[in-house]
Amino acid sequence: MSHDHSHEPITTAAEPPAAARVRALADLLVEKRVVEREEIRRRIDWLVSRTPAHGARLVARAWVDPSFKERALDDARLAALELGLDPGESPQVIALENTDEVHHMVVCTLCSCYPKALLGPPPDWYKSLPYRSRAVSDPRGVLREFGLELDEDVEVRVVDSTADVRYIVIPRRPPGTEGLDEEELAALVTRDSMVGVTEPASPS
Amino acid sequence: MTFAAGDDVVVSSREHTGHNRTPGYLKGRRGTVVRAHDSFRNPETHAYGGDGLPKERLYLVSFALTGGDRVLADIFEHWLERAA
Repeated sequence: MSHDHSHEPITTAAEPPAAARVRALADLLVEKRVVEREEIRRRIDWLVSRTPAHGARLVARAWVDPSFKERALDDARLAALELGLDPGESPQVIALENTDEVHHMVVCTLCSCYPKALLGPPPDWYKSLPYRSRAVSDPRGVLREFGLELDEDVEVRVVDSTADVRYIVIPRRPPGTEGLDEEELAALVTRDSMVGVTEPASPS
Repeated sequence: MTFAAGDDVVVSSREHTGHNRTPGYLKGRRGTVVRAHDSFRNPETHAYGGDGLPKERLYLVSFALTGGDRVLADIFEHWLERAA
């Protein structure tokens, strides 16, 4: 067979340059035997199987069980294990409680540290430069854009997750939920409320 | 463990070339230790194929924002100095 043409790499037309780079890097790591392809596939499968429903179960339990909540504030990794949840590989996970006096929100100004095991992959806005820079300079302005207007006397605590510890917010339990069971409560706990940029949903 | 909750500290503003987990906007800032975490591998060597040992103690440190709000960030011990 003659060979007078050039081979284009096999990619789909829609593949963005970053995806092509990641693919090339993965190929190289496999070729150099740093990781096995099966390991990469296993980790991707794990990541996409994580959803905010895992974190929501932890929050709902914290709402109904004060002693569980205390344990989660101290060590949310152990608390997650107590519920049979996979806390992931992060060596330390800590829950932050929002109250009438203090409102926590989480950011990673350096990159995109996020409690993936409990919340799933981070949303694009969490990884965006505007969120990462403005969360620590104008947190109330950012919260306002998420539709959350806090009273002046509520202290905002922006937690910048810079290293090995992952943080998940236990939002305030919505009013009117006294009669709900744990499963019904968990359904109100949104991803964004566990990052601390919104309140949970209200009962319908 | 060098610091405990309640200690006033200053984040070092020394020059550093290469990877580190101390956010630039906090270098030189004064804060208060909120919590001592465990010790973790030092990302400054771990990021370049080293073993990251010895592990460095990590602290949650609170910094004031305008209007009474606060930023809390995890800072490794070797970036913290006791505030005068």
